[in-house]
Amino acid sequence: MPLEQKVKYEGDCDPEFAKWVVGEIGGENLRHCIQCGICSAACPLSLYMDYTPRRIINLAREGFRKEVLSSFTIWLCSSCYACRVECPKEIHITDIMYLLKRRAIEEGVYPRSFPIPVLAREFGRMIFMFGRVNETLLVTDLFLRTNWFKFLGMIGLGLNLMRTGRMSFLPDTIKRRGELRKVLEALDAEEKKEKKEALS
Amino acid sequence: MKYLYFPGCSLKGTGRAYEESFLAVFKALGLEVRELEDWNCCGATAYMSVDETKSYALAGRNLAIAEREDLDVIAPCSACYLVLNKTQHGLKDNPELRRKVVNALKSAGLDYKGKVRVRHPLDVLINDVGVEKLAKFIKNPLKGLKIAPYYGCQVVRPYSTFDDQYNPVTMDKLIEAVGAECVSWPLKTRCCGGSLTGTLPEVGLKLAYILVKEAKKRGAAAVVTLCPLCQFNLDGYQDQIARKFERVDIPTLYFTQILGLAMGLPESELGIKRGIISAQAALAGR
Amino acid sequence: MSENKPKQENLPRIGFYVCHCGSNISSMVDVAAVQKYAAGLPGVVVSRDYKYMCSDPGQEMIAKDIKEHKLERLVVSACSPNLHEETFRKAAARGGLNPFYFQMVNIREHVAWVHTDKKAATEKAMQLVSAAIARVAFHQALDKKRVPVDPNVMVVGGGIAGIHAALTLANAGKKVTLVEREATIGGHMALFDKTFPTLDCAACILTPKMSAVKAHPNITLWTYSEVEKVEGYVGNYKVTVKRKPRYVKEDLCVGCMECIDACVFKEAKFADKFNQGLGKRKPVYIDFPQATPKVVLIDKDTCLHFKTGKCKQSCATACDRKAFDFNQKEETKELQVGAIVLATGFKAFDPARSPQYGYGRYPGVYTALEIERLVNASGPTSGEITLRDGKHPKAVGIIHCVGSRDAKTNKWCSRVCCMYSLKLAHLIKEHSGAEVYNFYIDMRAPGKAYEEFYDKLLGEGVHFIRGRVDEVTDWAMTPDEEGKLVLRVEDTLAGFVRRIPVDMVVLSTGLEPQADAQEVRRRFNIGCGTEGFFQERHPKLAPVNTFTDGIYIAGACQAPRDIPDTVAQAGAAAAEALALIDAGFVELEPNTSHVIEDECCGCKSCVPLCPYSAITFDEVKKKAVINEVLCKGCGVCAAACPSGSIVQNLFDDDEIFSEIRGILK
Repeated sequence: MPLEQKVKYEGDCDPEFAKWVVGEIGGENLRHCIQCGICSAACPLSLYMDYTPRRIINLAREGFRKEVLSSFTIWLCSSCYACRVECPKEIHITDIMYLLKRRAIEEGVYPRSFPIPVLAREFGRMIFMFGRVNETLLVTDLFLRTNWFKFLGMIGLGLNLMRTGRMSFLPDTIKRRGELRKVLEALDAEEKKEKKEALS
Repeated sequence: MKYLYFPGCSLKGTGRAYEESFLAVFKALGLEVRELEDWNCCGATAYMSVDETKSYALAGRNLAIAEREDLDVIAPCSACYLVLNKTQHGLKDNPELRRKVVNALKSAGLDYKGKVRVRHPLDVLINDVGVEKLAKFIKNPLKGLKIAPYYGCQVVRPYSTFDDQYNPVTMDKLIEAVGAECVSWPLKTRCCGGSLTGTLPEVGLKLAYILVKEAKKRGAAAVVTLCPLCQFNLDGYQDQIARKFERVDIPTLYFTQILGLAMGLPESELGIKRGIISAQAALAGR
Repeated sequence: MSENKPKQENLPRIGFYVCHCGSNISSMVDVAAVQKYAAGLPGVVVSRDYKYMCSDPGQEMIAKDIKEHKLERLVVSACSPNLHEETFRKAAARGGLNPFYFQMVNIREHVAWVHTDKKAATEKAMQLVSAAIARVAFHQALDKKRVPVDPNVMVVGGGIAGIHAALTLANAGKKVTLVEREATIGGHMALFDKTFPTLDCAACILTPKMSAVKAHPNITLWTYSEVEKVEGYVGNYKVTVKRKPRYVKEDLCVGCMECIDACVFKEAKFADKFNQGLGKRKPVYIDFPQATPKVVLIDKDTCLHFKTGKCKQSCATACDRKAFDFNQKEETKELQVGAIVLATGFKAFDPARSPQYGYGRYPGVYTALEIERLVNASGPTSGEITLRDGKHPKAVGIIHCVGSRDAKTNKWCSRVCCMYSLKLAHLIKEHSGAEVYNFYIDMRAPGKAYEEFYDKLLGEGVHFIRGRVDEVTDWAMTPDEEGKLVLRVEDTLAGFVRRIPVDMVVLSTGLEPQADAQEVRRRFNIGCGTEGFFQERHPKLAPVNTFTDGIYIAGACQAPRDIPDTVAQAGAAAAEALALIDAGFVELEPNTSHVIEDECCGCKSCVPLCPYSAITFDEVKKKAVINEVLCKGCGVCAAACPSGSIVQNLFDDDEIFSEIRGILK
């Protein structure tokens, strides 16, 4: 068994990372964490995580950007907000998970074979196209992109949904798709402008 | 009383029974409900992971359309309910975000002020109508039916708009109002697995299994819920749960369905048959 | 107004000093710029800045300048006058200047500590300085009045703090009245079994002091009594106390308790408040065998006589001293005292506010105070650890920080819970042999021999799991957990979540201000901090003084504290009271109001406005009269007087208008 050296050098940290989290909406209280772990205890998914939510908060605070962004933890969060209401320091942990997920996508460091980031992306694409989401199409698409083998396991559920009339294969769409696109494109334009200004 | 109705994608798809029973019950109670004109997807939890500002804008478009009328918006889906409320909070508390979103909406001719109240149908039934008035509509009390009330996460968290976060009781009151028996259990607000049942079944199924198993263990003949995703997870995955853990077979109904039944509305109008685990035995066995 | 303005050439000679306060002020205010600015203001003949104006060399500089430069007025721009006004007045007096020819400008609390923009802060400091220099020209020479101090003292609250303060004062020869709300003195300490870290018996060390209070010739003990009203001022307080009826004459009852045996209720069936509801008592009762005074009382809400009027009153018949009096009424008493020590204690956090821990829902969940009674030999189970269902626990979980260190309840650390949890862990293990788990966030053991006590517990095999418990639940995941209470927690040192099944849960509830702390503080005219505990005059240097002279605080009414610190503070409060009394007099601030008799039109509008009842009306002269000893200088009368005939020292029109002009310049 190869022995792995566990020491971390300060050079491995990104000192800007915590500053960035604190500056984002929901990240404000990051530095106030007292590491009590009630978030992890309340979390229904912490037992599957590589780092418990408490450890993610500490790693983020200390600037371990790589560890945080490539963790499974942030993708396992189901947004049930149990941690957020329990946190004695009012840290918006769920929102921190969101902002870490966004950063992970931006930096392209999320776990590749993991279906959750793919779901998030496909979800966004479907909204941009139709304004609404058709669950059947979304799920089919997701499994074909990640693990078509698992899809076979879902056939029984699909038949059940068909039997009870809960499945539809036509994409639902809004009338004024142009209006929605205009809104989203206006935000893209604003972001571009901001980035340009930041560079100059 | 008049309300706007924001269905969200699920109530038009897998949660059809929720829409059917919600509309039927509200109509029978004399509450006017009008579907929000050209609504779009709220963005749910997934979109928040892709683009924060856009996810606020997405919900913002719905709220801006709703603002054209001076009515509360009812969002029966927990995710929609949370996202719309979260957007109101987020745009109120963050001036820079608000500026961006309001401008983007304006560029498409939409005007957002943040004056709409987003409500859950359970809140409307308990607080606008009231248990006393509901009691007058009960023709067919569900005597002897033991029900575990399941609130899930996003209606009570993070905002406790109309109920207690640790021990919500509004649905308990409704269960008692329809003459059924409310089973007390400690998992009322525990996560159902959310979208993980689909994306990571090895994890998601366990969460759904824990809930149905505990409800049954505590003597419930049915689980009653207020969210289409909760209903889908508890109801739809029981075959897979049986393969992976054990067969539980407990039906999961919407609170609007049990209220409709107690009010004597026909089952066909309430989507009772849309349950994958049939509720017939539970309803007949009491 | 303008004709009163001193002309440029007639201006008094003003000395101006600005303090750096180390870097407290100079880091946010450009002190040199302020000094230069003041040097150019009319009347200023000396302008200096200095690192610490309050230091001896700083004061010396002022005294020297007064003599050398023939200064007639003095302005010091530094910290709050609450801290150093007196210092600089004395410096002025040493230089030969009347101390009231002085004005202080607070540029620390009002400027440096509350701003973030140095340029704007400096400008604000200059404006305030300009105002003070403009007003000081109009200051008058004033003298302080002396009034005698009443040597008697009242101590409010009969817990260990009040007991110790009362005994100290009484031993010094002062007459003390100790007022306690409950039927017995002893407070929270009387509930405890053992005390940390020495594990000596609480009753063994407390009850001798309780008896000493009762026996002391200098102490009058009023239990079952509450202070209703406080009037007057330092050295001369008039206090109104309400004494609730016990329906038993205190001077006749000897505490033989035969009445309790004789009560028509053969079985004790009412919740025993002293035992935290774990035991039962009769309508006629005494809290515990060593209650002081050892006098029974009747609970009106449960006594058959009071509820129905149809009781044969067997208690009264059994009393051979004829101590019962069912017609006893509430009494109102008045006291004259020079000083007051407030030792009103704390309230334990109500765990119903943290519903996730299941208190009231699961019978196996207890508060720490309940466990104190359970492990106590004189408690409801005579010290046997028994659950509400009669079983004995095999595993016990102690959850720290319940109602502490949490933005949802109380943000502060309650300071004693870590240590009392260790004590309870030891006692529970000793009495029951159960496995004991402590769930803590940070172990706080900073007192003398406290860390050693923690070490002792570690050696005893008590489990210490670092993590805040999320939930107490009866939801079982494994067969082992069936029928147990399961605690879900992250073992933060191990890095994963654990589920620990126990039979008994102890909630280490935090300390809060008493429920009526706000009412009490208003009654005594003192302050409360944001968290609701009584506010000390200075957090380090005047911890037992309040902003009202002659009123001192001790113990957990000021902040959570343990017994050693409480006793030390009670001694300190007693010493402060003694210093006041033994000085024999107090000097009153001369910022009082007076009536210019010729101008008073006799409208009486000032009379009812005075919050201190210092204004009377002379019916012969038809003029208002102000008692300057009672006047607190609030200025209400001066502002309200329609004829402008009331003038307040240090706040007359010239002073205020020139100050405003100075700030607007």
